Amino acid sequence: MSFRAPSLAQTLFVVALFVALTLPLFASAYYLQFASKVLITGVLAMGLNLAVGQGGMVSLCHGAFFGVAGYILALATPGYDAAPLLATLPLAVLGSAGLAFLIGCFALRTRGVYFIMVTLAFGEMLFYLFHDSGIAGGSDGAFINARPDILIAGRQWLNLEKPLVFYCVMLALTAAVAGLLAMLVRSPFGHALAAVRDNERRARSLGFPIFRIRLSAFVISGGLAGLAGYFAAAQFGFVAPQMLSWHVSAAALVMVLIGGLRSVTGPLIGALVLTGLEEVLKAEFENWKLIEGLIVILLVIVLPGGLRQLGLLTTWAPRKEVAPASGAGRA
Amino acid sequence: MLDLARRTLLRARGLRKQFGGVTAVADVSLDVRMGEIHAVIGPNGAGKSTLINLLAGELYTTSGSIWLDDRDVTFWRPDRRARAGLGRAYQKTTLFPDFSVLENVRLAAQASGSSPLRVFGSARADAVLLGCARTAITKAGLGGREALLARALSHGEQRQLEIAMVLATEPHVVLLDEPLAGMGLSEARDIIALIASLKADRAILLVEHDMDAVFKLADRLTVMQDGRVIASGLPEEVRHQPAVRMAYLGNPQAFE
Amino acid sequence: MSLMTFGIQLLNAFQYAMVLFLVASGLTLVFGILGYINLAHGAFYMLGAYLAYWIVAKTGSFALAMIGGTAIAFVLGVILERTLVQRLYGRDHLMQVLLSFGLILVLDDARQILFGKDVHAVAPPSWLGGTIQLTDNLSYSVYRLAISAFCLAVAAAMFWVIARTRIGMMVRAGAENREMTRVLGIGFDRLNRYVFAAGIALAALGGIVIAPISTVFPGMGDGMLILSFVVVVLGGIGSVGGAALGALLVGITDTFGKVFFPSISSILVYLLMAAVLVWRPSGLLGRGEI
Repeated sequence: MSFRAPSLAQTLFVVALFVALTLPLFASAYYLQFASKVLITGVLAMGLNLAVGQGGMVSLCHGAFFGVAGYILALATPGYDAAPLLATLPLAVLGSAGLAFLIGCFALRTRGVYFIMVTLAFGEMLFYLFHDSGIAGGSDGAFINARPDILIAGRQWLNLEKPLVFYCVMLALTAAVAGLLAMLVRSPFGHALAAVRDNERRARSLGFPIFRIRLSAFVISGGLAGLAGYFAAAQFGFVAPQMLSWHVSAAALVMVLIGGLRSVTGPLIGALVLTGLEEVLKAEFENWKLIEGLIVILLVIVLPGGLRQLGLLTTWAPRKEVAPASGAGRA
Repeated sequence: MLDLARRTLLRARGLRKQFGGVTAVADVSLDVRMGEIHAVIGPNGAGKSTLINLLAGELYTTSGSIWLDDRDVTFWRPDRRARAGLGRAYQKTTLFPDFSVLENVRLAAQASGSSPLRVFGSARADAVLLGCARTAITKAGLGGREALLARALSHGEQRQLEIAMVLATEPHVVLLDEPLAGMGLSEARDIIALIASLKADRAILLVEHDMDAVFKLADRLTVMQDGRVIASGLPEEVRHQPAVRMAYLGNPQAFE
Repeated sequence: MSLMTFGIQLLNAFQYAMVLFLVASGLTLVFGILGYINLAHGAFYMLGAYLAYWIVAKTGSFALAMIGGTAIAFVLGVILERTLVQRLYGRDHLMQVLLSFGLILVLDDARQILFGKDVHAVAPPSWLGGTIQLTDNLSYSVYRLAISAFCLAVAAAMFWVIARTRIGMMVRAGAENREMTRVLGIGFDRLNRYVFAAGIALAALGGIVIAPISTVFPGMGDGMLILSFVVVVLGGIGSVGGAALGALLVGITDTFGKVFFPSISSILVYLLMAAVLVWRPSGLLGRGEI
């Protein structure tokens, strides 16, 4: 491979990576927390994209998976002490994945528009469950007074209260999740999932077990959403039924749109853009929702291909190994 | 006759399919043996498409049974039948339009491969699958077109791709649903030759309208009308039966 | 439970179902004919309610609120369809979901700017106030009866238009084969516009009509959105009859659920939906995928 001057996209990617890695050296606690928040929502969006982009399943109940994990942490956190991370994190992720399994078993009996509506309904069902039943404070929500930690033999090996530590953990996790997703996407499973997305009938007649493939992707996606939700709750220190609302799913979908459906790490960029945008808007305008809404509408009408359409994101971010829909014929 | 030496790979008995008040297929039975092409013909509305869908598993039978080799697959889903060695080419081209030709066929090979849903490793770099795919592509006459996107192919080439995909799954039984539909003469000739070459180790059920092709290819022939079998046997015998002529042309003297 | 209480609950369930039907029918029409998934449907319901409050506050006339509010919603629907929605026909449902989401954000803030975010009560019109004696023991709110009757009338009108008029025939044609109508062109562009606007107007009308017996509050759109979706899923997309059936099922389940199982009443409706989907993935009267 001969040397070529790096493209704009590649340069941006390297810069972003550099900034991410060196952030702890020069950023204040505020920016570290913001960056952590971006990473958390990025994990949610990347996980969602496995279902939406690779699997063609537009899900509006990922907020439920996100929120349930947060609630599991809240319920497992004893009073004012820290919950053990090594025990509660797997529990939360498995809880979300399990929920995704249950919902998926019903929802995946439907297709297309019905599927979207059914996931919406199930997501809201869970919202009402937490809202009305008084679990962990009901509509008032519950506080998580201490972030989870790792306590072995009387010594605290991991203290997430420090923004720096929290950020580093999130950075490592995000990299791990991106790696996992990249592996899944290039694997036979990932290709089978894409085949089911593109032509279900043909995929089935070739011998692919489509229900099982879709359900697996949906469950993994749900588990990743749970992973994000766990740390979101830990960072925010508070859980409320709003975490399960479909607006959370929709916001994640916007991030996926921005970053590109056919990209593993694209949604992470989308998270950066959307979260950053929101911060700026909230600070400047009282009616920031109006402006954000207009921007989303504009995005859908003018830029449905996300940043990729602007040529701002191309090959260097690990790309899903599927021929792009624009048919440029890159073999 | 050497018929007895050929194993029956696909067997249908008393197939019946009812949609509400309409009986699309009634009491249809047939056998397809290894090394033979069994063609099914009939006027429009005869129930041929329904029959293929029943055999493939995309429709469930109202009654009757279907056997693949010695296994009762009547209640098996399409993907399970495919993994058991049943391949199907569709009448309306059904491909993965945004994937390349090579990738389409590689996927087919993956589906019937040893670990189709593995989560590790790169699917695209799998040498075994790629080799299998390339063989199928060459056999179907698409060699050299591997990098093209499926939707960039001509109609005839897309049919070839369909067949390549079916080949890549290494099926024992192949269902071909009007493979010559909408084809020009020279393209059709190629496909006919291809189909003829397929039958060596397989049992092929061919539904077709093109009579030339049918009489060139078929070892045995079944004629359907209004959901029923009205004649079945060797092509030369069947074509002279008055009932068959009646069905097609309303005239017992036709086909002369 | 006494016969009287049962009677009242039944009437409540029916009235609730009627309003649900009104809103859901708009949704299922937009779905079935335009193939467009409108998650902002609930936001228009909310807007209708706030418009009702505002117009009644300004003019004191509920009739004006009904006519004016519906008209405003209809015009808004026409504008939105022309500028935004029509670009998304035939596009990925994901895009439609996101457009709707953006619209909700805009409408929410617009409501806040125009009407504030307070909770309001709207008085029913005086000529429909009070209660009526139905039987010796049963007296029921006149207004609620009026709503039920009104919604029934709207439903009947809808069925009549769809089944018997030329417009209705075009609507049915559109529902049967959207591709074909797109090819046939002209007349259908305008038809699509009016169908969308009608759908929005129906949602708003639901909000207007419910305002006097329910509180008008910012979050009311979301709840109705989900419920109308459940009704549409239950009944089958594109089927107005299905919407009626679904609305009845949801109305009864919700109302009697609140009486017998108050702690889990809000999730009963979803369990119902899950049960129906297991049995019929395309809804009770649905025709399959769109």
